[in-house]
Amino acid sequence: MATSTDKQHYFVPDTTIWPFLASVGLTTLLMGFINILNDGGGKFLMLAGAVVLFFTFWRWFGEVIHESEGRIYSSWEDKSFRLGMSWFIFSEVMFFAAFFGALWYARVLSVPWLGGAGEEFETHKWLWNSYQAVWPTNGPANVGGEFNVIGAWGLPLVNTLLLLASGVTVTWAHHALKHNNRKHLIWGLAATVALGFIFLFCQALEYSHAYHGNLTLGSGIYGSTFFMLTGFHGMHVTLGAIILLIVLIRSIRGHFTPKNHFAFEAAAWYWHFVDVVWLGLFIFVYIL
Amino acid sequence: MNAQAVDHADHDDHHHGPAKGWMRWLTTTNHKDIGTLYLWFSLAMFFVGGAMALVIRAELFQPGLQLVAPGFFNQMTTMHALVMIFLALMPAFVGLANWLLPMMIGAPDMALPRMNNWSFWILPFASAMLLATLFVDGGAPAGGWTMYPPLVLQTGAAFPMLIFAVHLLGISSIMGSINIIATIMNMRAPGMTYMKMPLFVWTWFITAYLLIATMPVLAGAVTMLLTDKYFATSFFSAAGGGDPVMFQHIFWFFGHPEVYILILPAFGIVSQIIPTFARKPLFGYSSMVYATASIAFLSFIVWAHHMFTVGLPVEAELFFMFATMLIAVPTGVKVFNWVSTMWQGAMTFETPMLFAIGFVIMFTIGGFSGLMLALTPVDFQYHDTYFVVAHFHYVLVPGAIFSVMAAAYYWIPKWTGNMYDEKLGRFHFWMSTIFVNILFFPQHFVGLAGMPRRIPDYAVQFADFNAISTIGAFGFGLSQLLFAYIMIKTAIGGKKATSEVWEGAEGLEWTLSSPPPYHSFSTQPIIK
Ligand code: HEM
Ligand SMILES: [Cu+2]
Repeated sequence: MATSTDKQHYFVPDTTIWPFLASVGLTTLLMGFINILNDGGGKFLMLAGAVVLFFTFWRWFGEVIHESEGRIYSSWEDKSFRLGMSWFIFSEVMFFAAFFGALWYARVLSVPWLGGAGEEFETHKWLWNSYQAVWPTNGPANVGGEFNVIGAWGLPLVNTLLLLASGVTVTWAHHALKHNNRKHLIWGLAATVALGFIFLFCQALEYSHAYHGNLTLGSGIYGSTFFMLTGFHGMHVTLGAIILLIVLIRSIRGHFTPKNHFAFEAAAWYWHFVDVVWLGLFIFVYIL
Repeated sequence: MNAQAVDHADHDDHHHGPAKGWMRWLTTTNHKDIGTLYLWFSLAMFFVGGAMALVIRAELFQPGLQLVAPGFFNQMTTMHALVMIFLALMPAFVGLANWLLPMMIGAPDMALPRMNNWSFWILPFASAMLLATLFVDGGAPAGGWTMYPPLVLQTGAAFPMLIFAVHLLGISSIMGSINIIATIMNMRAPGMTYMKMPLFVWTWFITAYLLIATMPVLAGAVTMLLTDKYFATSFFSAAGGGDPVMFQHIFWFFGHPEVYILILPAFGIVSQIIPTFARKPLFGYSSMVYATASIAFLSFIVWAHHMFTVGLPVEAELFFMFATMLIAVPTGVKVFNWVSTMWQGAMTFETPMLFAIGFVIMFTIGGFSGLMLALTPVDFQYHDTYFVVAHFHYVLVPGAIFSVMAAAYYWIPKWTGNMYDEKLGRFHFWMSTIFVNILFFPQHFVGLAGMPRRIPDYAVQFADFNAISTIGAFGFGLSQLLFAYIMIKTAIGGKKATSEVWEGAEGLEWTLSSPPPYHSFSTQPIIK
């Protein structure tokens, strides 16, 4: 914790061009995507934006890492970083909450209503009289055609075990870091990153099974919630794994000390967050 | 900032002044520079949004279709709301937070200065993306700022631009809010406990929490719109088992807290200003804090009062009606406290105080019409009429916007070191107050009589009130040119202000010189 003595001087960085460039990159990327969606060519623009964004983050974070390793930061600045990361994760939780909310709303309320539950809504009475409310469903219009559901106890179970194991290995790495055991730190992190990428591989495999069984993003509300939830989760796992990979490289280069390793903890928090989201998915998307 | 800076930055970075030239504004990490950027940007957007409002009012001056095509009229109503909410009002409050929070809590700067720069510099890009929709195939979004499907899915080439502009604006406000929370939690001067923080700090603390909790939900909602349109999902299509009403639930789960995001900082501002000019400490400080927190909590469980007429189950109608009416309790506490602060005070009526008192009275009018709308059976009649328009404009214009203007007059002597022109300021207040009431009060009447909102034409019996309303609109719009003139003039020069500026002002910001040093409190003051 910050004591009064290290609250003497807060590090306020000088000017920086990176945020502005990041805006340029991000906007370019999105403009490319917009063009693609509007049936124009936008691949090149999108790629250019991504390159600028990547380069900018590389330099921006590189600077911060340099400052951190130069011991510019005291526990006072450290606390700002921690607060920043925690509240960022909270915002991510709320992003997933929107999609979980959609899933629950559909399952608990709107699909039963379509099937005639409650106050006999007109849609059932006049439009889709014969529709039976069941889950999974692609709706009364059988949108996207018949499909096969992915069972919970095959690949998804494997994925659950993989992520749970990765939660253990990252904790192992953290303990090693605190006890200044660099070798175990590196092995723990390497195992975590590997488990993360294996998870992504299994997820890709699962998607390919799904599409072969005609379960697609276009399979009505079931396909929508299934792919959007697991898809955004997968994107977060990818990001988390990349962050952990960078932390691994930094650990190999001798960064971090038992007392000063905010980046490690931020990555670990993020990883636990994607882990918990997965447990939610496993229960509400796959099992129930 | 690069490697060499790292080596020696440790002790002398605080003594740097601003960078030279225009690059200063691109690259600054200074809370005052960034606050200034936000505030000027917001002022500019206020006029852009205002111009759109005048197009709407000009068309509505008489019944029948005169000036613009109905499609363009709808683009104007949609864009006016989006511009005013996301590009004018929210940035204004974030700008005020940037300028004031570090000075109020005795900090050298915001907690995360580089991210602070990014929060601002996303805005102009997002705004350009949103405003550019006016020039693409099919025109700007025209389905209302609430973006309800399936209507919004008919938007042309503007559709993905709208979605991604909302995403960018969300990223900007989430980062701004994270910064504000980190600043308040980590940068307070020794001895400044939470319950000693000025109310503007408190209200922003809670607002930032609301923003972080709800902007991602909006992001999720518009993402589902995007995939429904382009990637074959069925979130909001009953044929696929989804439900268009589901969008409304998700949207208003964001949308109602959002309206409190637009008013809580205003509550904070007014709670700073009234004690100064009443020369009495704020009445009921801790009840103000608790009332703000309760409003924030309640704002999460009232969203369906925007959806009373979509066909909710009766239980839901009842729950959301009672929950909404509950909000009147903490809101009433606040109004009571402001009035009690003024009671038997040695009051003077400088421009900021005039705007603050105007706020208290006219915000309360908006609160009362809100209470009327909260009654489900009554809302069946009022929903989607001009009565709703009158309600939210009373809380937002003589409410939120008046508070921003009060803040601008109150703190601009501190920011620039120059006094504004008091006579012109008061004149601006009276013009604004008279015209805003001419503009919005008649809308209650046409609303109660059944005139629908978002329609370019109307039945002839509404003609007189609409003509009056339009006259008020142009009067109000013109008065704001005066505001811009006063602000620019004060920024350039004027009578020098003292450090304290106002004789009754309390708070750390008044202990700094006017204008304050580039880095506010390099050494933190100790609060007893
Ligand atoms: C006393 C507290 C308030 C109550 C009880 C209340 C109640 C309501 C209700 C029931 C509606 C829905 C009307 C309808 O569409 O039929 C509504 C709309 C609205 N309110 Fe309030 N309100 C309150 C305060 C506020 C505040 C403080 C703001 C913003 C600063 C605000 C902004 C809005 C907006 C923007 C809408 C219209 C949204 C739209 O449909 O476009 N309200 N209010
Ligand atoms: Cu509301």
